[in-house]
Amino acid sequence: MSPARTAPMSSEELKWTAVCKLGDILPGTGVCALVEGRHVAVFRIGDSGIHAIDNIDPRSGASVLSRGLVGNLGEHIVVASPLYKNHFDLRTGECLEAPEHSVRAHHVRVNGDDVLIALA
Amino acid sequence: MKIVLVGHGMVGHKFLEELRQLQTPGAEVTVLCEEPRVAYDRVHLSEFFAGKTAEDLSLVAPGFFAEAGFTLRLGSRAAAIDRRARTVTTQDGVTLPYDKLVLATGSYPFVPPVKGSERDQCFVYRTIEDLEAMKAAGAISRKGVVVGGGLLGLECAKALRDLGLETHVVEFAPRLMAVQVDDEGGRILRSKIEALGVQVHTERNTVEITDGRSARHRMVFADGTHLETDMIVFSAGIRPRDELARQNALAVGARGGIAIDDHCRTSDAAILAIGECAAWRDQTFGLVAPGYEMARIAARQLAGDAQAAFGGADMSTKLKLMGVDVASIGDAHGRTPGCRSFRYADECKQVYKKIVVSADGKHLLGAVLVGNADEYGTLLQMALNRIALPADPEFLILPSSDGKAKPGLGADALPDSAQICSCNNVSKGQICAAVGEGASTIGEIKACTKAGATCGGCVPLVTQVMKAEMARLGLSVNNHLCEHFPYSRQELYHLVRVGEIRSFEDLLARHGQGLGCDICKPTAASIFASCWNDFVLKGELATLQDSNDYFLGNIQKDGTYSVVPRMPGGEVTPEGLIAVGQVAKKYGLYTKITGGQRVDLFGARVEQLPAIWEELIAAGFESGHAYGKALRTVKSCVGSTWCRYGVDDSVGLAIELENRYKGLRAPHKIKFGVSGCTRECAEAQGKDIGIIATERGWNLYVCGNGGMKPRHAELIAADLDKAGLVRLIDRFLMFYVRTADRLQRTSTWRDNLEGGLDYLKAVLIDDSLGICSELEQQMQHVVDTYQCEWKTAITDPEVRKRFRTFINDPRADQRIVFVEERGQIRPARAEERPIVENAEVEA
Repeated sequence: MSPARTAPMSSEELKWTAVCKLGDILPGTGVCALVEGRHVAVFRIGDSGIHAIDNIDPRSGASVLSRGLVGNLGEHIVVASPLYKNHFDLRTGECLEAPEHSVRAHHVRVNGDDVLIALA
Repeated sequence: MKIVLVGHGMVGHKFLEELRQLQTPGAEVTVLCEEPRVAYDRVHLSEFFAGKTAEDLSLVAPGFFAEAGFTLRLGSRAAAIDRRARTVTTQDGVTLPYDKLVLATGSYPFVPPVKGSERDQCFVYRTIEDLEAMKAAGAISRKGVVVGGGLLGLECAKALRDLGLETHVVEFAPRLMAVQVDDEGGRILRSKIEALGVQVHTERNTVEITDGRSARHRMVFADGTHLETDMIVFSAGIRPRDELARQNALAVGARGGIAIDDHCRTSDAAILAIGECAAWRDQTFGLVAPGYEMARIAARQLAGDAQAAFGGADMSTKLKLMGVDVASIGDAHGRTPGCRSFRYADECKQVYKKIVVSADGKHLLGAVLVGNADEYGTLLQMALNRIALPADPEFLILPSSDGKAKPGLGADALPDSAQICSCNNVSKGQICAAVGEGASTIGEIKACTKAGATCGGCVPLVTQVMKAEMARLGLSVNNHLCEHFPYSRQELYHLVRVGEIRSFEDLLARHGQGLGCDICKPTAASIFASCWNDFVLKGELATLQDSNDYFLGNIQKDGTYSVVPRMPGGEVTPEGLIAVGQVAKKYGLYTKITGGQRVDLFGARVEQLPAIWEELIAAGFESGHAYGKALRTVKSCVGSTWCRYGVDDSVGLAIELENRYKGLRAPHKIKFGVSGCTRECAEAQGKDIGIIATERGWNLYVCGNGGMKPRHAELIAADLDKAGLVRLIDRFLMFYVRTADRLQRTSTWRDNLEGGLDYLKAVLIDDSLGICSELEQQMQHVVDTYQCEWKTAITDPEVRKRFRTFINDPRADQRIVFVEERGQIRPARAEERPIVENAEVEA
């Protein structure tokens, strides 16, 4: 259904979905968007840094990652799951405490005021 | 082996505990206890007058005798021993055989031979029965006299003062605590005690007690003067209870006491003696630590360890008498030939310190500290371990003028064998071993080694040893909150308040680095709320909140939230209950009664929360803050309004307190309980703040906890009126908010406070840091700026629109699936769920 992350499509081939306006996301928080039926957590770091990863926390199966607190741990920009506080790298989806619980990171683009997501 | 223990006091019980721990095979143990109750804490006896009950003072864990398989005979005095037959006979005629007999008969109070000492309202101070009689007499007396100005006499004077009597101390010697302190120290001690309202009469030899004119008794002194009083307590020392030994021709010490050898054996090898009744090398010991040591030796003897030997005991003491620190170490009076002393006296601050050093100036022999005993731990270790003194030993007791640290002894200087905690005989080596096994807080050290867990006097030294060992092992001793702030929570709180910092951005720019994280953001949010009390979802503050605080609900395993309306004191009207029920029914929520006497509604999805709260608020409810590190509930029993035993209106007080403190953000959640009488149906002593009604007001207990590590709350003040109670709670809570670590409940906070409960009392009652009015003002600010967060949230469209599942779709989260159980919903388990892949959501 979606290509492996090791072989990314070029930006033109991706299917972009506009999910919201930049102003809809309070800087330093996330929201959950529905992209082609998939739950995607979209975070805004600072004024313009946008990141997107799966919203479902693999440990609990609950759709909650957009509701976690964001920040950094060393080099990683992360969100902490609101349920068990495990951290996910917003750029790669890697779960820092338990790599087997990593999630998928998705493509993001800001076009003017629009936030666009393409599933990875 | 049949073991009979005669006497169940502190030392007797310690013996039983040790014996049980050693699991001596085949031991059949019978305990004869003369008193009508099991062993209690005689060291803290005066707290009986500050509101503690006999049960509070008990040393015996519930179920101890049953679990250990020991037989206890209460109210059973040993009247005779037949050494040849090896039997003991009680006063009621029961004869028990023994293989080993252990005498722990303690001592009796010495009453000087004064004519009239047998009159009514004349007491001794030894047992709970004595105290009960004193209490009854105190209620009909105005004035009270303690005969004896020693350690116990002053304890007793505190008791009389706590009973509200005009209190006098009459002492034969020229100074107070003649055994422990010298003349100069005695003078400072006297003026401090007198400043507390106790009148001291030294060099008074009472010769007769007769009828008084203005009071019940007149005490006539040898110098012809007299003093009138309504009650008298004799506390002129103790004498060993050695009559069983004398009757049976066992050897006794030159000054009394049952003579024992190094193995606690009397002149009959089948009989051992321990504690205050025993005389080791003609010396008796009136302190609990040597008694405990003898108990350990005796138990090990009986368990087959013939080597276990008593090596004497250090009689150094440190105590707080009516808030006055007094300590005495070793040769306090400088009786060693050739010794020299250094003295420091400050008559303004009423502090006196003296050290006695050896003739060659190399070793510390003794010390006296009055008014401030901060150096006790260091000096004691120096004396006990014969540690070489620094070149200028006077600096050990002089106040430092330039802020430099005193010539510390440094924990490194101590040998591993150095005894750090004398109450529980814990050595430096044992503390270091505990650190090696992972203990890294003083609370953990107490839990695993018992060091500092009895009198608490050694806690500063234990902390020092722990930190030094952690440093030696290369373990991090930093208390930094996280990688973004090189500060502890307490330091951060201070920076926020002093710098009037109101935003995380500002805090990070001024004192931190990076982006922040899920540790420092909620901590900062909590500190901002405690200091400034703005709406928690206002602007940038919202971005700092944990999911719970962001959605003002408790997140559950499936990503739904639970909803808890506040029901102050657990009181709710039928209309209120119906409204809650209707909301639960309308939104299909699971309902359960919480431990905090309110109703929890589970299974609400984020987008349902504002509508649910709109209805609850319309029915008169407010946020219960069940989601926050904040004041949760004030649990109450029904109190004097309905209960036939109730002494005061616990529900009314609970409601008042819950309404006062609701919304207060803190390092962790806070729970209260208010009971209307000592039956304690609200379980207040298991709460952070517990309040129990008494005939004369309210007793306040603090730092209790249920949960994983239950801890009984401790009495901090007794018989308070409501204004005094509220004032003290204001101070307590704000001090906790200010100084605790992140996610540290009051009980853990208390366990890690150097100085413990006494320190808390000094800060919060005696205002030793001069911060009480500030703490009260800060609390008043929080009270005055309270708002129901849910009311603000639902009326703010910007906030309200955050409550949605998808930013780009109005549908609910289809992955949330419930099944029915016992007539209500519950989250579906994995095997009960329809297969819903991440990629698919049914339309």
